[in-house]
Amino acid sequence: MSNTSKRMRALTATGAIVTVALVLAGCGARAGDDAAAAGSSAAASCVDTSGDTVKLGFLNSLTGGMAISEKTVSNVLHMAADEINADGGILGKKIEYVQEDGATDWPTFAEKTEKLLTQDCVAAIFGGWTSSSRKAVKPVVEKLNGLFFYPVQYEGLESSPNIYYTGATTNQQIIPAMDFLAAKGVKTLFLAGSDYVFPRTANAIIKLYAAKLGIKIVGEEYVPLDKDDWTSQVAKIAAAKPDFIFNTINGSSNVGFIKAYYDAGLTPAKTPIISVSIAEEEAPAMGHEVTGNFASWNYFQSLETDTNPEFIKSWKAYPNSSGVTSDPMEAAYISMYLYKALVEAAGSFDVDAVNAAAKAKPITFDAPEGKVTLDGENHHISKPGHIGRINADNQFDIVWASDKFIEPDPYLEGYDWFPADIRKQLTDAAG
Amino acid sequence: MTKKPWISLSGIGLFAVLLLTVAPLVLSDHWLNNLGKYCCWAIAAVGIGLAWGRGGMLVMGQGVFFALGAYAMAMHLTLETAGDRVPGFMVLYDPLAPLPMFWEPFRSAGFTLAAIVLLPVVVAGILGYALFKRRVKGAYFAILTQALAVALATLISSTIRETGGDTGLSDFKYFFGFVLNDPANRLMVYLIVAALLIVCLLVVWQFYRSRFGELLIATRDAEERVRFLGYDPANVKLVAFVVSALMASIGGAMFVPIVGIITPAEIGAAASILMIAGVALGGRASLFGPALGAIAVGWGQSSLGSTWPDGWTYILGLLFIVVILFLPNGLSSLPARFMRRARPKPPEPPAPAIAAVELEEVRS
Repeated sequence: MSNTSKRMRALTATGAIVTVALVLAGCGARAGDDAAAAGSSAAASCVDTSGDTVKLGFLNSLTGGMAISEKTVSNVLHMAADEINADGGILGKKIEYVQEDGATDWPTFAEKTEKLLTQDCVAAIFGGWTSSSRKAVKPVVEKLNGLFFYPVQYEGLESSPNIYYTGATTNQQIIPAMDFLAAKGVKTLFLAGSDYVFPRTANAIIKLYAAKLGIKIVGEEYVPLDKDDWTSQVAKIAAAKPDFIFNTINGSSNVGFIKAYYDAGLTPAKTPIISVSIAEEEAPAMGHEVTGNFASWNYFQSLETDTNPEFIKSWKAYPNSSGVTSDPMEAAYISMYLYKALVEAAGSFDVDAVNAAAKAKPITFDAPEGKVTLDGENHHISKPGHIGRINADNQFDIVWASDKFIEPDPYLEGYDWFPADIRKQLTDAAG
Repeated sequence: MTKKPWISLSGIGLFAVLLLTVAPLVLSDHWLNNLGKYCCWAIAAVGIGLAWGRGGMLVMGQGVFFALGAYAMAMHLTLETAGDRVPGFMVLYDPLAPLPMFWEPFRSAGFTLAAIVLLPVVVAGILGYALFKRRVKGAYFAILTQALAVALATLISSTIRETGGDTGLSDFKYFFGFVLNDPANRLMVYLIVAALLIVCLLVVWQFYRSRFGELLIATRDAEERVRFLGYDPANVKLVAFVVSALMASIGGAMFVPIVGIITPAEIGAAASILMIAGVALGGRASLFGPALGAIAVGWGQSSLGSTWPDGWTYILGLLFIVVILFLPNGLSSLPARFMRRARPKPPEPPAPAIAAVELEEVRS
């Protein structure tokens, strides 16, 4: 008897709690009333620049599988901030940075983005490496109207009013690589990549362009980002005997791939590789087995520009530096200076003012790769295309260069072989 | 176990007041959202407390059930955001292919909610029946559940077009018709999670003081004796296992609108073990221990992980070792220990059978 009444009480309590929760449900915006949603979601920014400093957030994986690459980006961001501070800061305000760890975990990237924007009240965030991390950050910066500067080459087909992309989009790295292969007379190509957004999308684009160029794709293999064993996939490559291998593998999985490639008796002389993720930083880790293979980037340490020697010198002198410069770190370096130029053009740290300044007149920066110009509409920058060949010192000999800086075209609108219906589907899905 | 039900009940009441009224008033949006995330883990942890703490089944693969709920919810929210189009990430990988068949029913909100509840029940029911009737237990059961979590995470990672792969599913705009960006709606989602956690606590509280609760402990401590008394231990364990799976699924489902992204990393081996770690820290056999432990681990990850990115996992590991060695009943047994020490010579309670089992498990 008493047991039943207690049970009733427990049930009543449960009911009461659920009711309270659901009553509160009545007050939020619903799908359809977008005006209400827009009004309430544009939360007032808490960025405070009234003092003599401005807070910026650095979001890099300092732990986990990507730490090896992202620590370098974090380091070069610190270097750029120190340089700017020594030079008087941005709009006379010294940069005060808040470093967060993305921990190679995409939900952590989302959580830390929200923390940086709402708790630390930073004016802009710099960082990210994998496309997965960028895709986790994107909805958060869009929701909170923040700014995110992303420094790594990626698969394109994206643009956001809240993200600036200082790495290459596909038409600045993948397409130049394909043009180079076509010029070399390559007839057959094998695609090897890590199993995530960037390689999958890049290869979808490569297949479309290869059809146009008359290059035959003789195989396509993927291995998860955190797996190193490429033995069986490389056996398929050896059997297919392609003229070239297009490598979109990312991170340490490359070491396993190169080892399997070497073990299978493949050589750069007969079956060369063109990579889009192996730079000066990664090459030494693979040993001399990579010598003679190719990479497509915008920046190489061996580039001869006016600003590059100074950049290399500063980096070599910087504490904890790896001693070599590479494309992603150079793009991160650009991102900090690009932000400075944007804020100074806008005369304000306000996100909308910065975006308006980007559209108002071309923002440029004398980068180590040359003078880059920001496209205010798609938030990407112009870049030179380069193909390098790895030499015995793990540096790259430049073997091909685009005749001019390539304008960013993330949705490949200037390329007739890219089907319009796919572009429409993608823009619809993104919008 | 609890002689005075009002103590536990008022404890749940206090917890409810803290979560449902105090927290929303004192915490910033960011920390409230984080607390919501910890509550999702806490819901799963309450289930682990039931299955492991009371039932003696070391469920090392709750990520599987967490995933069932999470991906069912994420698929629904993805489709709600995409409208009648194919979700954007699928277009990236295979531009012109249609929506995979198994996604289609998740357009319906009713089907999704039913799936969140029924999928874990059916999967855990079949799995539990097969294992418990064959008397699979101890380390074999633990390894098997863990292997399932690894397998599922690998499967999701390798089916990038169907499930979003390693990148996961994210960028949800709506939650059953409510705009997710609206702060009022985010508060609502938080309150739903917090209320669900309270409901789960009430459910296990009811379990613990029922005859079933007694039987579950008896099964944990002396399965053979329970069998000789004429009960089938397999059925007792099955019920606890299914309920814990259901709770993990509910936690997973709410994780999606709260965090805004779900990836295989959140359900794999490491994530499943982290859920267990919280339960062990808090005290697996107690009512509040698992939930509080999960919230504490979540908080540690967010705040200590920010301060010492490299050091946080060591701190957690050290804490785990200290608790296992010196406080086998978790941090929630600390107050009782103090009270026992403070009072002069209380009559020693009869040595609980759990101590022996516990040592046995720690050693194995």
